[in-house]
Amino acid sequence: MSGRALAATGPTGDLGSRVHRLDPRAKVAGVAVVAGVAVSCTARQWPVLLACFALLGMVAVCARVRASTAWRRGMIVLPLVLLAAVFVPLTHPDGPEAGLELLAAVTAKAVIGTFAAVLLGATTSFPEILRALAALRVPRVLVTVGGLMHRYLFLLVCDLSQMRTALRARGYAPRTLVASGALGGMAGALFLRSHARAERVQVAMRARGFSGWMPTPARAPAGRAELAVAFVLCALVELRVAVGR
Amino acid sequence: MIGVSDLRYSYPDGRTALAGIDLEVGAGERVALLGPNGAGKTTLLLAVCGLLRGAVVGDVELTGACGLVFQDPDDQLFMPTVAQDVAFGPRNQGLGEAAVARRVAAALEAVRMSFASDRTPHTLSLGERRRAAIATVLAMTPDVLVLDEPGANLDPRARRELLAVLAGCRETLLVATHDLPFAAELCERTVVLADGRIAADGPTRDVLADAATLARYDLGLPAGFDLLRIERLGPAGARPA
Repeated sequence: MSGRALAATGPTGDLGSRVHRLDPRAKVAGVAVVAGVAVSCTARQWPVLLACFALLGMVAVCARVRASTAWRRGMIVLPLVLLAAVFVPLTHPDGPEAGLELLAAVTAKAVIGTFAAVLLGATTSFPEILRALAALRVPRVLVTVGGLMHRYLFLLVCDLSQMRTALRARGYAPRTLVASGALGGMAGALFLRSHARAERVQVAMRARGFSGWMPTPARAPAGRAELAVAFVLCALVELRVAVGR
Repeated sequence: MIGVSDLRYSYPDGRTALAGIDLEVGAGERVALLGPNGAGKTTLLLAVCGLLRGAVVGDVELTGACGLVFQDPDDQLFMPTVAQDVAFGPRNQGLGEAAVARRVAAALEAVRMSFASDRTPHTLSLGERRRAAIATVLAMTPDVLVLDEPGANLDPRARRELLAVLAGCRETLLVATHDLPFAAELCERTVVLADGRIAADGPTRDVLADAATLARYDLGLPAGFDLLRIERLGPAGARPA
């Protein structure tokens, strides 16, 4: 992943839209509910899957997130779907027809889950997502690790890019397995640098009173918009329960 | 304000970092700590702030709180946004949200970084990250501000802006640097550290005018640099008479 690709993962579309301004807790909860409902469905419960997709489509339109952006960011799921497309119909014990049905369900679930995550990323900054996760009582250690990973991933990618440039500047173009040993050295150097940085960061955190937990600010109570989101999500869950009977 | 007495420390591999340091820094004093690479400057700063782990021998007395600004701002800015990072220290001090917000606003204002409060650190320039790193410490209202190579790798404009910010600080300053003109503009007193010992200690102009001592410890002013033309910056950027 390049630094440019990393930088292109933040909020996009109409940054002042109601979706963008919505409390991140509501958006994170929304993604969890939509993904949960979609995953719990079989292919025969397609109305629920359709409702999930329609809901996400409406959110994308309200937030003015372009289809091309959603497609580009969502392409990460493509290899998984292709892998399933190759193997599932052929290996299903109940025959190809059941395999195709399973493939359709897997594809729909993967697309809905990815689309929801892409919309969350396109309408919410990562720091806001972290705050929402903390407010939603996700274990603090996970939120802390997520925050530090996000902060230092950019530096890691930058270091990697500089190392690759340094290798290329000295005519490095491996054609044999032996020649690719330098890449191993590069990985080792990157690990050592990261380890040394982790120690320095830990000292910097201690210097400012870190006692093991990241302090989290208090959040404002939910407003009307958040209650509306909760209502829509409840309706979706109700639909899932009704179709499943 | 800072009292260091016969401070000794060795790295885990056995190399000596500090070989008996005695240093007194008074309240409101601005002291530059000069020395070649490996002289023990960073180790001394960590010891002053009580952050040195391992077998530390000797005494370090500090009156008031110490704020340490690290050499690499990326080590210091570990939170997702600048404002969250600046709020990290005050929240750990147990302040309420309103007080934290006031501290964050004041600290960012002091380093002229209010515009970047919601930015992620990796989108800032090095000079901006360094100023933000200073804000993270200022927000804790330290009595002593300890800075490790604050001017390293900055372009002239960023260096000038940083100098103005530090000149405006009223805290006691202890600044490790290789940038001798930076020390001359900011600090009235200079301590030269070499091989874990204090090699020279005196008014900055006197120490920097001693070319032989500087050369002995691989230090030197830029070619053509006229020390007599340097005016030291006072608090709030005012140049004292």
